[in-house]
Amino acid sequence: MTANALVQVALFLLVLLLLAKPLGVFMARVYSGETTVLDRVLGPLERLTYRLCGVVPETEMTWKSYAGAFLAFNLLGLVAVYAILRLQAVLPWNPQGLSATTPDLAFNAAVSFATNTNWQSYSGETTLSYFSQMLALTVQNFVSAAAGMAVLAAFARGVARRSGTTIGNFWGDLVRSTAYVLLPLSVVLTLALVSQGVVQTLRPYATVTAVETGRPQVLALGPAASQIAIKQLGTNGGGFFNVNSAHPFENPTALSNFLEMLAILLLAAALCHSFGRMVGDARQGTALIAAMTLALVAFLALCLCAEQRGNPALASLGVDARATAMQPGGNMEGKEARFGIANSALWATATTAASNGSVNAMHDSFTPLGGLAPLVLMQLGEVIFGGVGSGLYGMLIFAIVAVFIAGLMVGRTPEYLGKKIEAFEIKMASVALLAPALCVLAGTAAAVATTAGRAGVFNPGPHGFSEVLYAFSSAGNNNGSAFGGLGANNPFYNVTLGIAMLVSRYFVAIPALALAGSLVRKKAVAPGPGTFPTHTPLFVILLLGIVVLVGALTFLPALALGPIVEHLLLYA
Amino acid sequence: MSTHAQKRSLFDPGLLRPAVRDAFVKLDPRHQVRNPVMFVTEVGSAFTTLLGVHALVTGAGEASPAFILSVSAWLWATVLFANLAEAIAEGRGKAQADSLRKARRDILAKKLAVPRRDAARTEVPAPDLRRGDSVLVEAGDLVPADGEVVEGVASVDESAITGESAPVIRESGGDRSAVTGGTRVLSDWLIVRITANPGEAFLDRMISLVEGAKRQKTPNEIALDILLASMTIVFLLATATLLPFSVYAADVAGHGRPVTVTVLIALLVCLIPTTIGGLLSAIGISGMDRLIRANVIAMSGRAVEAAGDVDVLLLDKTGTITLGNRLATAFVPAPGVDERALADAAQLASLADETPEGRSIVVLAKEKHGIRERDVHALGARFVAFSAHTRMSGVDLDGRTLRKGAVDAIESWVHERGGALAPEVKAAVETIARGGGTPLVVADGGRALGVIHLKDILKGGIRERFAELRRMGIETVMITGDNPLTAAAIAAEAGVDDFLAQATPEAKLRLIRERQAGGHLVAMTGDGTNDAPALAQADVAVAMNTGTQAAREAGNMVDLDSNPTKLIEIVEIGKQLLMTRGSLTTFSIANDVAKYFAILPAAFAATYPVLKSLDVMRLTSPQSAILSAVIFNAVIIVLLIPLALRGVAYRPVGAAALLRRNLLVYGLGGLVAPFAGIKLVDLLLATLGLV
Repeated sequence: MTANALVQVALFLLVLLLLAKPLGVFMARVYSGETTVLDRVLGPLERLTYRLCGVVPETEMTWKSYAGAFLAFNLLGLVAVYAILRLQAVLPWNPQGLSATTPDLAFNAAVSFATNTNWQSYSGETTLSYFSQMLALTVQNFVSAAAGMAVLAAFARGVARRSGTTIGNFWGDLVRSTAYVLLPLSVVLTLALVSQGVVQTLRPYATVTAVETGRPQVLALGPAASQIAIKQLGTNGGGFFNVNSAHPFENPTALSNFLEMLAILLLAAALCHSFGRMVGDARQGTALIAAMTLALVAFLALCLCAEQRGNPALASLGVDARATAMQPGGNMEGKEARFGIANSALWATATTAASNGSVNAMHDSFTPLGGLAPLVLMQLGEVIFGGVGSGLYGMLIFAIVAVFIAGLMVGRTPEYLGKKIEAFEIKMASVALLAPALCVLAGTAAAVATTAGRAGVFNPGPHGFSEVLYAFSSAGNNNGSAFGGLGANNPFYNVTLGIAMLVSRYFVAIPALALAGSLVRKKAVAPGPGTFPTHTPLFVILLLGIVVLVGALTFLPALALGPIVEHLLLYA
Repeated sequence: MSTHAQKRSLFDPGLLRPAVRDAFVKLDPRHQVRNPVMFVTEVGSAFTTLLGVHALVTGAGEASPAFILSVSAWLWATVLFANLAEAIAEGRGKAQADSLRKARRDILAKKLAVPRRDAARTEVPAPDLRRGDSVLVEAGDLVPADGEVVEGVASVDESAITGESAPVIRESGGDRSAVTGGTRVLSDWLIVRITANPGEAFLDRMISLVEGAKRQKTPNEIALDILLASMTIVFLLATATLLPFSVYAADVAGHGRPVTVTVLIALLVCLIPTTIGGLLSAIGISGMDRLIRANVIAMSGRAVEAAGDVDVLLLDKTGTITLGNRLATAFVPAPGVDERALADAAQLASLADETPEGRSIVVLAKEKHGIRERDVHALGARFVAFSAHTRMSGVDLDGRTLRKGAVDAIESWVHERGGALAPEVKAAVETIARGGGTPLVVADGGRALGVIHLKDILKGGIRERFAELRRMGIETVMITGDNPLTAAAIAAEAGVDDFLAQATPEAKLRLIRERQAGGHLVAMTGDGTNDAPALAQADVAVAMNTGTQAAREAGNMVDLDSNPTKLIEIVEIGKQLLMTRGSLTTFSIANDVAKYFAILPAAFAATYPVLKSLDVMRLTSPQSAILSAVIFNAVIIVLLIPLALRGVAYRPVGAAALLRRNLLVYGLGGLVAPFAGIKLVDLLLATLGLV
C-alpha cells in the first residue's frame, strides 16, 4: 500500500463517519415521526402524497399487514417496470428508436430494480430509452431503497417498543424515506455531479468527429446525473451507461468519484446511528458501525495489497510494477487512469460491502485475491453496510444469532436489547441466512452443470468459475455488480439470476419483519451485570466472527475452486 | 438422594455395559430422526457402506474398498459415540430410578370410610386409592400415596425420597402436613387424605424425571436444535454443490477426477455440528441429573433453564441468611445496677426457658460472669412460662419476681408495681433495636435491671455468597417479619441488596409482581401454605419438602433437603446447563475450519494439486487426511462426554468476563485443537502403516 492510498482511504473513512452521525440522527427523527428542519419545505409534499393515495400514516400495522403492503408495493413496481420495458418502442422519449426488450431481459431487469439489486445484463445506452431509464428504473431506484429503509425502521420499532403488536405503517415509512431522505440528498448530489461534468439531457446522442481517427463517432447521452445520484445513495448501482461509473459521463473527476463513493456507504452507515437512537441506546449503533467499518477496512486492505502487488505473469516479462511518482504500479488492467489503484480498490470494496454494485473499474481484471475481496464481501450476506436498510437488518439478524450463542455461553436465555431470543427468532434468522446461501450455491451449481449455463462462460477454468460464482453471489445477495466476462443476457442467466434476486430479497426481508413482529410482543428484560452487553468491543468481535465464520464455512469450498486456486496457479 | 446417588465414576463399568448395548439399539432410524444432525450422519454412514460394498463386489468403486469402508466404519462410530453419550447420561438416571422404585412396593392401605380413627376400615391395594380417599397409617406402615395429614402426629422416615435418615415430624394443620407415598411412619399414627391419583404421585414424577423417559426439549434446546439443523442444511448445500463444481473443474482442466461421493460424505459429516449434536441430549439429561444429586426435583426442564435466567432472589431471613435463632450477646445494666447482678437475674429468669434464646442467655451469663447454671427445682423457684398474653417469662424466687420480655410488656409490668423505666434503659433498648438486635428487658418487681442484647447470627460465609451473587448479576432481597429498623441493620450486615420488612404474603406477592413488571425474573423459596400465591407467581419457585402440599404444588421445584440456601446452587446448575450447550456449540463450529484445511486439498488433489499449499498440517496423503479428519470428528465426541456430563465450570463473574473466557477456551480452543488433533491421528495412522 502506498502512502497516497493510505491518505485517500483515511480521508474517505473520516468524512463518511463524520457525516453518518448527524444524518443518522436526522433519519431517526424522520422514522419516529418527530419534526425535522425539512418539514416546512417537504411537509406539504408528504401530506399531498398521503391524500392522493388515501393513506393514513398514523394507522399502525402488524408485521403481517406491513409485510403484505411491502410485497404488494414491490409486485406493483415489478409489473410496471416489466410493462415499460416491453412497451418502450411505443412510449415517448425514445430518440434512438430503441426496440422493446426480450421477455426474459425485461423480467430480469424488473426483478433487479424492484429488489434493489440492479444487476444489469444489458447495456443501458443501446437497450433502454430515456423513458425507461427515468420512469422505470429511476423510480425503482428511489422506492426500492425506501422500501428497504422502511423494513429497517419497522425492525427497529420491533426491538425498541416495550410492548404491543404493531411495527409502524409501511406507506408512511415509504413516503417519509423518499421525501425526507432520498429526494433532498439526490437533488444535492445531482447538482454536485452536474458541476463536475456528468451529463443531464434529454437530447439525442451526439455525433462528433473523433480526435484520433478523424472519423465521426456517436456519443451516448441522457439524463444521467439524476439517475446516478440515486443509484449511489439508494445502493442501487445500476449504471446509466454500460461501463457504469468508469464512464467519463457518469464519473468524470476525482471529486465526482469521491462524492459517489461517499454516497454508496453514507445512508447505510447513517442508519446504524438511526437504529441506535431508535432503540434508545446510541452505543448500539456505534458498535454496529464499528463492526462494519472493521470488516470493510480488512477487505479493503486485502484488495489494495493484491492490486498494488501486481501480476507476476507481467513481472516475469520484465514489466516494472513498482509504484513511483510517475506511475501507479501494480495491476492497472481494467482500471481508469484518473482513479488509479487506491480509488478503484476502495470503490470495489465499498460497492460490494454495500449492496450497491456500481463499478468504476472492471473487477474481472483484478488479481485473483483482489477479486476475492469483493466476492466475499457479497457472500457475507451484504451486511457490511449492505443495502440501505437491508444491510442493517441483515446485520441485526446476524446479531441475533451472535447473542444467541453468546447468551448460551454465559448461561442465560439469550436476549438482544432486552428481548428474549427464542425458537421462533432462530427459525426466522435461519431462513434469512439460508436463503442467500442457497441462491448462490445452487445457482452456481446449476450454471456449471448445464450446457446453457456453461455456454455463457467465456473464460473456462478457475477464472470462468469465479465469474459464474460472482454473478450468483451478486444476484443472490442483491448486490448487482458484475465481474464481467460472463454472457448473461440470455434466457438461462436472466431467469436463474432473476429468481436468485427475488429469493434473496424477500426471504430475508419477510423473516426480518416476522422477527420485528415477534420481538415487539415481548416484554423487555431489564439489563444487569448478568446480561451480555451488545455495545462492547467484545461484541463487535463476536459479531464479526460469526459473520465471517458463517460466510467462510459456507463458501470456502467454492472459493477454493475459484479465486484461491487461481491465485495459487498464478504464483505456482 | 445422597444415599442412592453416590458419586459414580463417569465410566462406571456397571453403567457402561448397558450403555454400550443401548448405543447400538439407538441406531434405529426412528430414534435418530429426532436429532437431524445425527440422522444425516447415519444416512451418510449407510450410504458409504453401500458404496464400499459396491466397490468390494464389483471392483469398480470410486475408490479402494478399504478406504471407503474405513471411512464408513468411522462414520458409524460417530453415530455410536453420540448414542453412547446419551445412553451413559440416561443410565445414571435409570440407576437412580431403580432405587426409587424400590420405595414403591405393593402397599396395602387401610382405607377409612370416614376420616376418623375409629371408622370402619378396608384393606385396599395402594394403586386403587383415589384423590379424596382417607387412609389410616400406623407405626411401621408405609404411606400408600401422597396426601395431607388430617389428624394425628407421627414421626416419619422419609429417607426413601430425601436420603436423609433422621425422621421428621408430620402433623395435621400447619406447615408440616404433607406426606409422600413410599415413606414410612415410625411412631404413632396419621389419618391421611389422599391428594394424588395413581401415576401422578411425587415418586412417579421423580422416576420419570430421572429416567429422562418423557424428557421434553426445553425452549432453549429447541432454539439450538433449529440453529444446528439450519447449519446442517448450509453444509449439505456446500458439500452437495461441490460435486457439480468439481465435475466442471475437472472438465475444463482436462485432467483429474471429480471428487468422490465418499469424500463428500466424509466432508459433510465433519462439517455438520456432530460434536454438539451428539452431546446435546446428554447435556440436558445430565443437567437434570446434577439437580437431582443436589436433592432438588424440578417439575420441568423449563424450570431449570429459567433458574439460569433469574436475576432477583427472594430469601427468607430466618434459616437462610441468619441461623434460625437469635442469641444473647451482651448485658446492658440500668444505672446503679451491677452488670453481674443483671446477668445473674437474667440467668435465673431463663433457667427454665428451653427456647434457644433462653439457653443462650444462660450460656452468656456463664461465659461472661462465671455464673454457674443452677437447678431451678432445687432452688424452689416457681417458673413463669411465656404466654402470648403477658409476653414475658421468668421465675418467682425467695420473694423476688424476676421477669424478662419485650420492652413494652416489661414497662407496663414495672409500671403496675409503681416503678418506671430509667431513660438510660430506654436508650439502650433503642440502640440495640437500631443495630438490628432484639432487646429483652429484665425486671425485678418494680425495678428494671437492664437489657439483654439478643442478636441474629448470620450464617457463616453468607456475606461472601451474596457478593458472589452480585457479581453474577443477581440481586438479593431479604424477606423478614422484623420491623424495618431491625431488617435494615441485618440487611446491611449480611450484604443483601434490598429487604422487605414486616412481610405479609400480600407484600411478597406484590414485590414479585413489581420486579417482574420491571423485566426481572424472580426466584424464591417457601414452605407455608401462605407462601403458595407468591410461589405460584415467582418464575422459579422452590418449595421445601417439609412444606405443605399447597406450597409443593405451587412451586416448580421441590428441595428435598429443605435447605433455603439451595436456591443459589439451583441458579448455578441452570446457568451451567446453558453454558455447556453454548460452549460446545462454539467448539463444534470452530472445529470446521481445520477440517476444511485437511479435506479440501485432499479432495481436489487430482484436479488442482496446487491446492496442496492449503494443507498447512502437511498430512501424509490425501486419503490419510480425509480419514484423520473423520476419526478426529468421531473421537472428539467421546473425549467430550465427561465435560458434557459434568458441565462447563461456572464462575461467578459478570457476563462479559464469562463470555471472554469461554470464547477463548471453546472458540479459540476449538479453532486450534483440531489442527493438532488431526495431525496427531495422521501421524498415528502413518506410524501404524495404515495409510
